[in-house]
Amino acid sequence: MRMLTFAKRCTKEILRDPINLAFGLGFPLILLMLLSAIQSNIPVSLFEIDKLTPGITVFGLSFMTLFSATLIAKDRESALLQRLHTTPLTGLDFIIGYMLPLLPIALGQIGICYLAAIPLGLTVSINILYAILGILPMAVFYIALGLLCGSVLGVKQVGGICGALLTNLSAWLSGVWFDLDLVGGVFRKVANVLPYVHAVEMEKALFSGVFHATLTHIVPIVFYCVLTTAIAVFLFLHQMKRQ
Amino acid sequence: MQAIQTTKLVKRYKTLTAVDGLNLEIQQGELFSLLGVNGAGKTTTIKMLTCLTKPSSGDALVGGFSITKHPEQVKQLIGVSPQETAVAPNLSVEENLALICGIHGFSKQKTKQRIEELSGQFGLNTVLHRKAGKLSGGWQRRVSIAMALISQPQILFLDEPTLGLDVLARHELWKVIRSLKGKVTMILTTHYLEEAAALSDRIGIMKSGNLLAVGTVDELNRKAGVDNFEAAFVAIVEEAAV
Repeated sequence: MRMLTFAKRCTKEILRDPINLAFGLGFPLILLMLLSAIQSNIPVSLFEIDKLTPGITVFGLSFMTLFSATLIAKDRESALLQRLHTTPLTGLDFIIGYMLPLLPIALGQIGICYLAAIPLGLTVSINILYAILGILPMAVFYIALGLLCGSVLGVKQVGGICGALLTNLSAWLSGVWFDLDLVGGVFRKVANVLPYVHAVEMEKALFSGVFHATLTHIVPIVFYCVLTTAIAVFLFLHQMKRQ
Repeated sequence: MQAIQTTKLVKRYKTLTAVDGLNLEIQQGELFSLLGVNGAGKTTTIKMLTCLTKPSSGDALVGGFSITKHPEQVKQLIGVSPQETAVAPNLSVEENLALICGIHGFSKQKTKQRIEELSGQFGLNTVLHRKAGKLSGGWQRRVSIAMALISQPQILFLDEPTLGLDVLARHELWKVIRSLKGKVTMILTTHYLEEAAALSDRIGIMKSGNLLAVGTVDELNRKAGVDNFEAAFVAIVEEAAV
């Protein structure tokens, strides 16, 4: 009850911020349309709508980090979190309350991207549903990363690091904008160690129905999801104690 | 009956002792002010009593519960209005009040009833559906205190409640605080001498983590051998420096 009340509050705070809506929903949709327009004039296989859409949805999820980190950092910088720490809310209530509302928002964002891609020529099949559900661990990773950043960074730092650096890094290292094999070398190796490219490849595999291909990608995604969540919980509880 | 009793309460931050062996008793229904210059230890004391920070040593009973052993029970009894504005900015005033009710596990009916009561008491009806973040500083502070009171706390902590407010807003808030006297035990920290003198049943003067003197305004004036409170405050603080 307590936790759900707090989660409801977090949902309202996020959805009532017009900047969140503009970046979280507007930006991925604009990119989807822009890259599709480029593809129709200069065909690039990477930007074919069936390949592009899974990539754009993963890129869109990086804004979940920005949303959660901004909310937590704002709460920490205002005295609201201090007030709430004097109430019966527990550490677990806070963590779930911050993370839970972002899951349906992430699902909604992915769903809207797929819907917007249908008029652009996306193949419609039940696999869209599998792709949306299959990418949820990656959504949890991004949300946990936001909890982590929000626990240690201020609002301005969150804007720079989560809003600019992390969104760009996750895009470059995911192979959405360019084929990672074209760059090769260390860049390709680093990308393979991180979860972003695996998330895109896994979603592509689910979307195209090649389910056995997801197995190699799910392991690093779940590993980063669990690791980031554990670190985020530790750091959040640590800052709670310090406050 | 005592609402708060501290025993040798100490808070150290590395080499700094913010609160140094505080022994204090506050009676139920009393409005007690902690007064002192910057760094006196007022806010640290409030933070310990509200379970925001653990004491380095010593203990305190708040509503009969130990802040070190039973913080969960203490949190059920208290309401806190922090020094800075503590409202959810994108939520309406009504939603802010409902948030605290929900956190304290109130039913929908009780939440509605408490919102109606507090809105009347604090004159919030005209701003009830406006976003809290869009209100003026004075209104936000009023909402903040209403949020602290909505859970019907036995003990209310007001940390610098009128800091940064203009004279009119300050006097409006004083009216609200006066209206609560006797119903709730209040612990108020402030820089403003006239505020402490106008509102408090008793005042504690702190400096460098130590409680220098406790008493009514008249008692403190007599102790310092002067006839106005500002002079008494200065004399007590300066005497401690000698």
